[in-house]
Amino acid sequence: MKSINKHKGHIKHSVRDRRLIAKAVHVGTLVLPAAFFLFPLILTFTNSFMSEQEIAVNYNAVTDKSLSSYNADVEALNSFARFEFIPDLVTLKQYYTVLIIKSPFLFMFWHSVFLTVPIVIGQTLVATLAAYAFAKFRFRGRNFLFFLYIVVMLMPFQVTLVPNYLIAGKLGLLNNNLSIIFPGIFGAFGVFLLKQYMEQIPDSYLEAAKVDGAGALQIFLKIIVPLSKSGIAALAVLVFIDNWNMVEQPLIFLQDAAKQPLSLYLSRIAAGEKGLAFAASALYMTPVLLSFLYAENYLLEGIRLSGIKG
Amino acid sequence: MRTGKLKTNNSCLAWLFLGPSLLGFAFFYLLPFVAGFYYSLVDSPSSGNFVGIHNYTALLKNPSFLLALSNTAKFIVICVPLNMALSLGAALLLNRKIRGRNLFRTIFITPLIIPIASVVLVWQAFFDLNGVLNSLIHALGYQPVDWLKTDWSRVVILVVYLWKNIGYCMILFLAGLQNIPVEYYEAARIDGAGRFQEFFRITLVYLTPTTFFVFVISIINSFKVFRETYLIAGEYPQNSIYMLQHYMNNMFLALDYQKLTSAAFIMAAFIVAVVFLLFRAERKISKLIN
Repeated sequence: MKSINKHKGHIKHSVRDRRLIAKAVHVGTLVLPAAFFLFPLILTFTNSFMSEQEIAVNYNAVTDKSLSSYNADVEALNSFARFEFIPDLVTLKQYYTVLIIKSPFLFMFWHSVFLTVPIVIGQTLVATLAAYAFAKFRFRGRNFLFFLYIVVMLMPFQVTLVPNYLIAGKLGLLNNNLSIIFPGIFGAFGVFLLKQYMEQIPDSYLEAAKVDGAGALQIFLKIIVPLSKSGIAALAVLVFIDNWNMVEQPLIFLQDAAKQPLSLYLSRIAAGEKGLAFAASALYMTPVLLSFLYAENYLLEGIRLSGIKG
Repeated sequence: MRTGKLKTNNSCLAWLFLGPSLLGFAFFYLLPFVAGFYYSLVDSPSSGNFVGIHNYTALLKNPSFLLALSNTAKFIVICVPLNMALSLGAALLLNRKIRGRNLFRTIFITPLIIPIASVVLVWQAFFDLNGVLNSLIHALGYQPVDWLKTDWSRVVILVVYLWKNIGYCMILFLAGLQNIPVEYYEAARIDGAGRFQEFFRITLVYLTPTTFFVFVISIINSFKVFRETYLIAGEYPQNSIYMLQHYMNNMFLALDYQKLTSAAFIMAAFIVAVVFLLFRAERKISKLIN
């Protein structure tokens, strides 16, 4: 009796062991890619607390080509850049330089804000209205029009670049934020995303409201908007992230360097000023990271919605 | 999706709600779209003499355009299947009850939100001839590679593209996986199906709609890799990663609007064709499944 029990225990044990090993392998295959996905972010933040000397020591091989054997035989390579994750000495000098001594950073930070915030607010508003029409009304040309929205949404920025540029020129909007904000507000993505969301709201709710004598505007304000809150939040997060990262539009429409947003400023300082590059990058990332941490579930919802067929 | 029969027939109201969006959309997207097509058919935006398809034939003889076109095509052929396979793999790994599941999911979508401009420095230091990657290769006793200034730059852009895009597609696949009813798997197991059969006969089949969408998104996003390429390698990168968008950007700076608009419309036609074909194929296959 005893021995049988012992035997059973042994079997249970080995099965459990095998499961544990399988699980460990499973998690192991995730850890390595996860580390690769995260290291640029972690490196940027930890290095933002390093002194200029330490940054110089770690990255001189890359940034200071005159020191290395750049054109010489590859065999002669002897100095390499190093990724150090832990600062020898934690200092806020980079942040001090970026925020207080080098004023362009703060200006450009605000440029980014002034470009992004109106687009987020505008697109959310306009798209909520339009999505309601697409999702809950029937009118002639609805499907065709929605197809047009999708096609245009999929086009790369460059397709409408020249005419947009000429129109902006005619309206006197070149070098003006509005030349980017207007197209941003009317982007088709928001309409697409919210239509997907609103179609999930049962028509019976609207019918019930109509029986109670509610008009289209009341239905919109009292039913559609409250029930679409998380869809609208998802859109706001996605639009914010997308526009905070914009590169192509300011490159064309804001050729005056003093008006450009952070994305372009960072690409310029990346090579030169090591003493502040990491802190500037960290500060640039912070708003999107915070909004991501705060609204991760909305973001996930937004991505999932974009995959539902209309 | 549920489209009720009892929709309001009051189309005036619909146009009222649609109005603001439609006005802006027409003015900032549709009008430029049509105008762009017109510009591709005339000799210059100012004089406007109709030249038919001359701009297109000239473009197809232009060596830099052909280089950009072939680079873009090669990139799509490699990056899209890789992106789909890897994001499906990640989704499958995360579709189990494992510890830290949500944390891994969060980590995989983080690159999606990080502005590329803020990590350019890291990628440059990683791939440079004197960079971190080469120091690893050197330490292992192999020849370092000049990643950014040789044909290997394709690998750089591929890695950055995958880094950025796997998360989005993984979320789409995860949602697709969770929509497959558990009963299908149970029934298959009763019929004695093995793991591989389960994967090919159930998982892949019922993921078809998701897979199509991920395919489209992967192509669309492959065009956006310009942002990364531009920031890492500048306006004139190594020949093998000179993409269509570089070409268009440079034509813009050179004020050659004819070449730009014709190139843009070749690209647009390609996208519309791909999307159209895929949605038709998808509809046929979903009919087959049901």
